[in-house]
Amino acid sequence: MAFLLSFAALIPLDNLGHYIQWHIIEISVANLIVMILMVVTFIVALVAPFPGRSRRKENR
Amino acid sequence: MSTSEIDRQWTTRLRRRVEGKLPPEKLLPDTQPTYVSSWIYVFGIATLSSLGVVIGTGCILALRGPQWWHGSAYGHFINSMHLWSVEIFFFAMVVHLWGKFAMAAWRGGRALTWMTGVVTFLVSIGAGFTGYVSQSNFDSQWISTQAKDGINATGAGAYFNVLNLGQMLMWHIVLLPLGAIVLTGMHVLMVRIKGVVPPFEEGAEVAE
Ligand code: HEM
Repeated sequence: MAFLLSFAALIPLDNLGHYIQWHIIEISVANLIVMILMVVTFIVALVAPFPGRSRRKENR
Repeated sequence: MSTSEIDRQWTTRLRRRVEGKLPPEKLLPDTQPTYVSSWIYVFGIATLSSLGVVIGTGCILALRGPQWWHGSAYGHFINSMHLWSVEIFFFAMVVHLWGKFAMAAWRGGRALTWMTGVVTFLVSIGAGFTGYVSQSNFDSQWISTQAKDGINATGAGAYFNVLNLGQMLMWHIVLLPLGAIVLTGMHVLMVRIKGVVPPFEEGAEVAE
C-alpha cells in the first residue's frame, strides 16, 4: 500500500486543475493531453507495421 | 403437420434467416482479407475488451458497495480499475471511430454498423456521466449540482433528475449498461454479417 501511495504522490491531485484559455476556448491540460495522445495513437496505428503482415505475404 | 405449415412457423423462418445471413463460418471466421492486418483494426477489439473489464469491475463494485470502494485498499483498486478501463474504452472507441470515418466504413450497406456505433457512443457518454454522479462523494455532489441547471433547462429534468442518486445509480448500473451491451452485440454481429469493408478502389475515377 505504501508502495502504491508513493506512486500517487507523483501526481498531485489536491491542487486546482490547470487550464488553457484561448479566446472562447477553455480546456483542461489533462483533456488536451488525452486528445493529443488520441491523435498520435491514430497516426501511429496507420503507419506502424503490423507484426506478421510480411510473413503472411511470403506464404502466399 | 404439412410442410407449408412448418415453413410458416416463426422458429423455422427465424432459423432459415439466421442461417442465410450468418452461417457459422461468417460468425467465427478463420481468415480475414490482407488489408485487415493493420493496427487500426485492433481498436474495435480494444474497445470491446475494455468494455468487458468495465462490466466485470462494475459487477464487483456492485457486490461490495460504496463503503467498501471508498474505504478499503482493495476497494480503491477495483474502483480505479473501473475508472481506468472506462478511460481506455473511450480512448479506443474514438481512435476506432476515426479509423472507420477515414475508411468511410458505412459503404456497401453498412449504415446500420455505423449507426449502432454512433448510438453506442451516445449511450456510453450517458453511462459515463451517470457514473460520475453515482460515486457518492463530494465529486459527484459537485458534478450533479453543476449539471442540474443545464439539464433542467431542457425539460429533461422532469424524467431525469441528476440530484436523485437512486435514479442516477439505476441508470448507471441497469439501463445504460444494458443498452451499451445490446447495441455492442448488434454492432459486432452487423460487422460479421457484412464482412469487413473493402478499401476504396484505387484511382476509380481516373480510370474512367
Ligand atoms: C462500444 C463501442 C464499440 C465497440 C465495442 C466496437 C467494436 C467493433 C469491432 C470489434 C469491429 C470489427 C473490428 C474493427 O474493424 O475494428 C467494429 C467495426 C466497425 N465499427 Fe465499431 N465498435 C464500437 C463503437 C463504434 C463507433 C462509435 C463507431 C462509429 C460511429 C463504430 C463504427 C464501426 C464500423 C463502421 C465498423 C465496420 C468496419 C468494417 O466493416 O470494416 N464503432 N466495431
